Amino acid sequence: MHSAGQPTPQTGDSSLPRPHTAQSEGPSAFPQAAELELIHVEKRYPGQRQPAIPDLSLTVPAGEVCVLVGPSGSGKTTAMRLINRMIPLSGGDIRLGGESILKREPTELRKQIGYVIQQIGLFPHQTVSENIATVPRLLGWHSSRIEGRTRELLELTGLDAGEIGARYPAQLSGGQRQRVGVARALAADPPLMLMDEPFGAIDPINRVRLQDEFLRLQAQVRKTVVFVTHDIDEAIKMGDRIAILREGGHLAQYDRPEEILTNPADEFVAQFVGADRALKRLGLSTLAELELLAPNGRQPDENRLPVTATIRDALSAVLSAGGAPLTVVDGDGAVVGLATLELLGGLLKAGEPPER
Amino acid sequence: MGNFLEAFKFIGRNGQIPGEPPLPTLVHLSLETLKITGYAMAISLVIAIPLGIWLGHIHKGSFVAINLGNIWRSLPSLAVLAIGVALLGIGLGNVLLALVVLAVPPIITNGYVAVDQVDPELVDAAKGMGMTGWQILRRVELPLAVPLIMAGVRTAALFVVSTTTISALTGYSGSLGDIINNETSYHLPGVLGAAICIAALALVIEVLLAVLQRALTPRGLKLSDAARPEDAIAPIVTEPAFEPAL
Amino acid sequence: MNFPPLAAGGPVIPNFGGGSASFACERANHLFCWNWVSSNWSPILWPALRQHVVLTVIAVAIGFAISTGLALLAHRRHWVERPVIAVTAILYTIPSLAMFELLEPLPGLGLSRATAEVALVSYTLLILFRNTLTGLREVPDEVRDAAAGMGMSPRQILVRVELPLALPAIIAGLRIATVTVVALATIAALVCDEGLGVPILTAISNDVFKTELIAAGVLAVALALFADGLLVIVQRLLTPWMRARAA
Repeated sequence: MHSAGQPTPQTGDSSLPRPHTAQSEGPSAFPQAAELELIHVEKRYPGQRQPAIPDLSLTVPAGEVCVLVGPSGSGKTTAMRLINRMIPLSGGDIRLGGESILKREPTELRKQIGYVIQQIGLFPHQTVSENIATVPRLLGWHSSRIEGRTRELLELTGLDAGEIGARYPAQLSGGQRQRVGVARALAADPPLMLMDEPFGAIDPINRVRLQDEFLRLQAQVRKTVVFVTHDIDEAIKMGDRIAILREGGHLAQYDRPEEILTNPADEFVAQFVGADRALKRLGLSTLAELELLAPNGRQPDENRLPVTATIRDALSAVLSAGGAPLTVVDGDGAVVGLATLELLGGLLKAGEPPER
Repeated sequence: MGNFLEAFKFIGRNGQIPGEPPLPTLVHLSLETLKITGYAMAISLVIAIPLGIWLGHIHKGSFVAINLGNIWRSLPSLAVLAIGVALLGIGLGNVLLALVVLAVPPIITNGYVAVDQVDPELVDAAKGMGMTGWQILRRVELPLAVPLIMAGVRTAALFVVSTTTISALTGYSGSLGDIINNETSYHLPGVLGAAICIAALALVIEVLLAVLQRALTPRGLKLSDAARPEDAIAPIVTEPAFEPAL
Repeated sequence: MNFPPLAAGGPVIPNFGGGSASFACERANHLFCWNWVSSNWSPILWPALRQHVVLTVIAVAIGFAISTGLALLAHRRHWVERPVIAVTAILYTIPSLAMFELLEPLPGLGLSRATAEVALVSYTLLILFRNTLTGLREVPDEVRDAAAGMGMSPRQILVRVELPLALPAIIAGLRIATVTVVALATIAALVCDEGLGVPILTAISNDVFKTELIAAGVLAVALALFADGLLVIVQRLLTPWMRARAA
């Protein structure tokens, strides 16, 4: 799928996908991902006393997902739209791959940035394939190259290239449209992706599915992604780093999810993250990372959990089983070990999730 | 341009030609035109509005109502008038018949669409409140349908005024069209003068009907798009279902 | 002006040549004499129909060009809309009889096809302008946002996204305008000796010769419906995604 010369990203034991953790092992080896720097970014609207964003600085390392999260009025969407110059910058600078975005023609810049919005904005008058081919066509790619790329992207996003390619957006379900939107944004292999509440308009069940698929995708393509959401749980799930914005465009904290959950910077962050942040932290790790107890004899059929389950879900299962030990099984159903309340409780006492 | 100057003088003289025996005055001919228009519209309204509204209320007859409009738009009024004269001879009654035939379709079509397309949720809510069909029509559907119905009425009225003047070409005398049909006597300035009067008459009728529409539109609706004047002359159509005036 | 001169070769009731019974139908002025139609198709009806088509096509084409230009302008600069609507609405309100006559004395016009075309074009402007502008405006905001975000220039957005999506409304406007022009062009016979209005007026002046009248009238209606149907087909061909929506 990649052109020659790209090392396979390391993600640990690849037979155990970890849908609940973000991808950030090792340096990003994907050349088509660039570092994004916001340097004292300021945005003022004429006629308004307070700036929408007074002074925002953060750096997103290449290949990482940075989630901008906060309540409405926190300026998260504004910040995102400043990056691709959909909104003009009032002050400060933004650098992509070291080069200021102000140096390039906005339309040229945007062709280098993948853009996914909440309502997606698929062109109703074009087929799925034509939609995906939009930026490559604007860039003047060869039609055969475009065709190949389109097929590749459809497969990558889990759509049947033969069937879906010729359909029109009106004939797709919400989830399918969302995936086409992501494929379209990836088409020209941009170094940066901007996503504004891309899964916000989807029902909760499909939203989880789409989130998982995007994380799988990101594990393969390793783009630099700026992801905007108002949902702290989505932020924790999707982000390598999270930037929590307060009303008025102030950066409250910018850190890895574990850090934010363990050490919230202030009262606002603590409240925004939620009183159950210790449990949320446990949602970041799976049973696979634990040293499970050895099974003794035959295990009952109830109370089984896959080894890919999060520690949080395991805790929940143990509690609902009234404290009885959990039987942990692998993908084929074979017993891997036992987990007891004491074992899980030992984690809480230590206060640190295991090393990832 | 001298012709236009002469035309205004002609108007100033109320349609008389100096040195000639008295002719029907412009005022008289204008009033006659208005009279014919008025009769035709009255008859058409009586026939078409109840029919269109009722069909829209029971949500039946859409195929007929809408295709009636499509066919109507393509009828050359001159031909319809002439056929009327051919079949029935010249006379006010026959002209009125042709005019009614031409005025009824847009009123029915617009009446139908106006009532048919009232938000079904509103009708449902009204039913849930215990209103009878008749009450729903009177209190919910009709007020909301006013702009579109008036659009149809204005379309029809303009069309009737226009066609009334054309009736002179088919031999019926008694409208401003007479002058236009009689260039040998009135010469170009006279014809121009009559044309200016016709145009003015049409614009006045249009403005009056616009005022009437404003008066009839419930206050809440006035704020919405439905109340713009040009919408009535030519409602925005993405699927042709209403007709513009001719 | 009085009725246009008689079309060449048109029979005049009751002066049919010869005393033969072959013209009995015409002399009796029955509703429809097929013989007359078949023998007068090439000298009278067909040329009139052809001229009518030409009149219509030219008027709609010019009207379309003007109104599209104005609509694109209004799309960019919103203030343009109000004055354009005002002017085109007034033009639209003026009854056709008056319109044709008022244009006649203007320099360069007179009794010619140009006068007819100017009048006919002025009736198309309101509809075409409104529909085109509305069509452009009804493009969903998120589609425009996505297009801009992907790096399309304003011109590219217009040509690749907005205009194609505005096509249904534009063609709907073309349908109405075309049918309207076909009907109105019969009056054009007052100022130019062309179109189906000529046999209609001729028939009226000949003691209301029914056959010619009905033949020309039916042809006008048929032409209008045919043009309407043609444009429907054109729309179906140009907008394949609309069918998908219904599916």
